[in-house]
Amino acid sequence: MRAKLRKELPLHLMLLPGLVMIILFSYVPMAGVMIAFQKFIPAKGLFGDQKWVGLDNFEYVMNLPSFTQVLWNTLFISSLKLILGLIIPLVFAILLNELASNVIKRSVQTAIYLPYFLSWVVLGGILIDILSPSGGIVNEFLGWFGVSKIFFLGDNDWFPFTLIASDVWKNFGYGTIVYLAAITGIDPGLYEAATIDGANRWHKTWHITIPGIRMVIVLLSVLSLGQLLNAGFDQVFNLYSPQVYESGDILDTFVYRIGLLDAQYGVATAVGFFKSIISLTLISSSYFLAYRFAKYRIF
Amino acid sequence: MRPKKRFDGIAVLNATFLILVSLLCILPLIHIIAVSFSSSAAASAGYVRLWPVDFTFASYMYTMSRTEFWQSMLVSLTRIGIGTPLNLLLTILVAYPLSKESHALRFRSVYAWAFFVTMLFNGGLIPWYTTLKEYGLLDSIWALVLPGAVPVFSVVLLLNFFREIPKELEEAALIDGAGHFRTVWSIFVPISKPALATLALFSMVEHWNSWFDGLLLMGNPANYPLQSYIQTIVIQQNLSNMSRDAMLDLALISDRTLKSSQIFLGSLPIILAYPFLQKYFVKGIVLGSVKG
Repeated sequence: MRAKLRKELPLHLMLLPGLVMIILFSYVPMAGVMIAFQKFIPAKGLFGDQKWVGLDNFEYVMNLPSFTQVLWNTLFISSLKLILGLIIPLVFAILLNELASNVIKRSVQTAIYLPYFLSWVVLGGILIDILSPSGGIVNEFLGWFGVSKIFFLGDNDWFPFTLIASDVWKNFGYGTIVYLAAITGIDPGLYEAATIDGANRWHKTWHITIPGIRMVIVLLSVLSLGQLLNAGFDQVFNLYSPQVYESGDILDTFVYRIGLLDAQYGVATAVGFFKSIISLTLISSSYFLAYRFAKYRIF
Repeated sequence: MRPKKRFDGIAVLNATFLILVSLLCILPLIHIIAVSFSSSAAASAGYVRLWPVDFTFASYMYTMSRTEFWQSMLVSLTRIGIGTPLNLLLTILVAYPLSKESHALRFRSVYAWAFFVTMLFNGGLIPWYTTLKEYGLLDSIWALVLPGAVPVFSVVLLLNFFREIPKELEEAALIDGAGHFRTVWSIFVPISKPALATLALFSMVEHWNSWFDGLLLMGNPANYPLQSYIQTIVIQQNLSNMSRDAMLDLALISDRTLKSSQIFLGSLPIILAYPFLQKYFVKGIVLGSVKG
């Protein structure tokens, strides 16, 4: 018994630094959600003698007229991002797989994957410039076709769709490569057999490729469900401005503004807590479903 | 395998479409680069498309003459210099024990869940900020590297990679009298080099691209990492802490070329490292997403 413990001890020691880190930087902040139930005064400290107010902060938020709007924006933007973010990469992976030329295939992959690596600060800067109604190259291009100027980032009708389109633009390369990797894993014998049986391109795509990667499709769809309340803080923060708060304000940017800019710490934490609880439920169920339907296990 | 006996219209259409989409992904970047190297007059008048007009380094000279730029670059490099090795070290130290079977490590599943939960739930922005403030980390480089010191996603990848390593290797090492620390260092780490290289790249890109924590946790703009600095200049247009001389200099360069040059400089390391990044990240994705 003791010998076994001695053999195990180094393993526990190895875990120690990591554990200390997550306790200090993940678990202590989790305990900090109690701010949601307090009238928090920062000067008194996180574990100081704060005034407890029960659910007042939550009530206050629910009664804010902007809250319903923010919740709606979050769901609208993120669900469209999720759906398009699943379908578009799938289509591209199938199209890419059909390419006969390896040179073109590789070049296309390289190009579509690039925006994924750039930060939203960099991409935000690029988008602000090219989408600008005064001299932006996109509007100029549209002008050639007689389209009048569109203020993509300053117009409430356009802003959410600009967010969705630019998010798909940044991320579809990543999804495409995941699907493509899965397609590569399909047994080429199946395609050959189908060709001999007289199957054409569509038959093969429909009856071999898609069923062949069904598991990956299920997995990615299920796992992305957990992200339903994450409409993309980095992106929105770098692209929005007061005139599009109405259509573009999401839970995370809302928390940032009421919390840090208006110093309503309790209220902001209440919103964050609400979001975390729903996200936790969504993510846990999505992992459960992923295990159930795709035999996916984390560790 | 593919007999090319006749002209295949659909294939040509497909290739054309895919090439057009690829252009859509890189042309915006090329346009910004072209603007950044153009004269301010040409840029403001909107003459620049995909090639610089009246080629000039003026906006780069201006950006590079700013001490803030170099300061923030230094912060970013320090962040990568401390953050990446720390991430890797902790990933290895956590992944190795967790890759053991439950009977070889007591409380294995408790540990695993303790790490995993941090991916599922967090206290939110305000508690996070308050905690770091109480630790006295604001305005210090440690605020940028310590909170993310254990990248749990990387731990999961490496843990699964470690499990693929044949048990016999480890047993042989143990028989030869090597302890766990020695086994990790002399056997697991060398074998896992490709996986570790992938994780190192993940970590470097993450550190380079992070901007919000810098913006939030660094009260003094002198401590901003490069992306946070670019965020304030390009997105927020915060020119308030600029001297009069700097303003006069700025009048000679257009706002547009200046911002473009900063956008380009902010993405330059990624673009230069891109061939490596792509190769390794594809492996990393395959390693992480398609298993099982």
